[in-house]
Amino acid sequence: MTVGTVNISLADSLSAMSGALFGEPVAAQIHLILVEIRLPRILLAILVGAVLASTGAVMQGLFRNPLADPSLIGVSSGASVGASLMIVVAGGFVETGALMGLSLVAVGAFVGGFAATLLVYRLATSDIGTSVTTMLLAGIAIGALAGALNSLFSYFADNDMLRQISLWQMGNLSGANWPKVSMMALVAVLLFSAFPRDSRALNALLLGESEARHLGIDVQRVKRRLIILTALGVGLTVALAGMVGFVGLIVPHVVRLLIGPDHRWLIPASAVAGALLLVIADSLARIVLVPAELPTGILTALLGAPFFIALLLQQRREL
Amino acid sequence: MSMCAENISLHRSGFDLLRHVSMTVEAGKVTAIVGPNGAGKSSLLRVLTGEMQASKGRVLLNGRTLSQWPIIERAQLLAVLPQHTTLNFPFTANEVVGLGRIPHQTGSATDAEIGAQALKLVDAQYLQKRFYTQMSGGEKQRVQLARVLAQIWQPCPGEEQFLVLDEPTSAFDLAHQKLTLDIVRQLAARGVGVVMVLHDLNLAARCADKLVVFDGGLIAAQGSPEEILTEQLIQQVFGVKAIIDRHPTTHKPLVITE
Repeated sequence: MTVGTVNISLADSLSAMSGALFGEPVAAQIHLILVEIRLPRILLAILVGAVLASTGAVMQGLFRNPLADPSLIGVSSGASVGASLMIVVAGGFVETGALMGLSLVAVGAFVGGFAATLLVYRLATSDIGTSVTTMLLAGIAIGALAGALNSLFSYFADNDMLRQISLWQMGNLSGANWPKVSMMALVAVLLFSAFPRDSRALNALLLGESEARHLGIDVQRVKRRLIILTALGVGLTVALAGMVGFVGLIVPHVVRLLIGPDHRWLIPASAVAGALLLVIADSLARIVLVPAELPTGILTALLGAPFFIALLLQQRREL
Repeated sequence: MSMCAENISLHRSGFDLLRHVSMTVEAGKVTAIVGPNGAGKSSLLRVLTGEMQASKGRVLLNGRTLSQWPIIERAQLLAVLPQHTTLNFPFTANEVVGLGRIPHQTGSATDAEIGAQALKLVDAQYLQKRFYTQMSGGEKQRVQLARVLAQIWQPCPGEEQFLVLDEPTSAFDLAHQKLTLDIVRQLAARGVGVVMVLHDLNLAARCADKLVVFDGGLIAAQGSPEEILTEQLIQQVFGVKAIIDRHPTTHKPLVITE
């Protein structure tokens, strides 16, 4: 709360916060910075981090692959296409076309992400069931297609749109406001009330799908539910905060090393750790280049990519 | 009551994997399935356990078809040990065995007690806190066996229980092969119907009440080992010349290949 382009002391912050709560007069500028800019931004970072990390844990369990990530099932690539499309096609309306505090870009990202996930899921589902391998491959194919579409939109975009597209793809929490926070909170509550019910099923799924079925798990239903919840959660984070990479990959992995793979603990612990990581990363993003700000996604990617490579190297040694 | 395959045929991608197969796994008995590679043994297990849908025929579990059983209740009656289980996440043996208790609502204290006993039974209590990913092949297979044993550890009131094992001894040394067969006999004595695929004809003859011999998707013979194990059958099914003798102490058939 206290750090940023304008430094506000802890005491001032606290008095401003209590002032805001109890209706006492506070210097208008400080009030604006704290209550309208920094507080929602921190809350959004907490929610986005928690949702990305916990859905990451769910996807890694579902795909029985510790290197899986929500972006693998097409959410991110679909969302970026939706966002680019909106920036280029509806360019003129972006600033004015607000819908519940969401810009058209965010709506485009959300719809794109959700549609891509459904498409990947459909491609991978036959009458025998949903094949995880096919789904990963379909995710890659959709990712490639999305990349091509993105390039196409960029080709038609003017300079201003290009900058918007690239800024958005970097992932950024700077647009946080109260409507966004409440939407994200709503989805987070939905996710965290649904996940505990499927934790044991996810544990059983680590053995394999037929093994889980023999343990009395309705595998098809669990898979469908978790994929839809993930698409919803990740789609919304991409819509509100752009592409914040690697949180969903790294956090569950580290937490698993610390407390083991039991999803009953892994999912909540990942949520807490993800929230913490993103708040720290976002705070860094706000202060390293004062008075300018780095997009948060650059920081998470800078931290995440080397970590991912280290993971791959470690896996290679184990083979 | 029993687990019953009625006139099962299975076609997949233009091949007849099973043709008109009928067999019964009786409660309290051990049924061993033998046959050459690709004869349809594992396919039959997949149909019996509902993993594959038969093209023709049906499977009855205690008088109801598999799909008529609610999935949880079925898991309380029927435990299945596949040939290979890949688990790449570092669960401890305790946690793996605990997964076998998922279909039951007996509480964590009872579940932990059952898990510990099941591990002890398969000579794996020393693995309790070890990570599955760091165990040897035989140790992993024992932990998985303990998991399916934990799943049907307690009798299910009013229903017969069944255990399906696909080559349960493939990774075991001599002592653990014998241990597994002893466990299987104990379970049968308790009333559980056991059906397993085995490759070793002598192990099968020693342990099973009933032998089912598969060849080319058909049942070539079924009955007690004493009745059906003949030199002619082994020549016909496996293409191997063999002599059938008697085990000096158990007097079970003993297959000696040339």
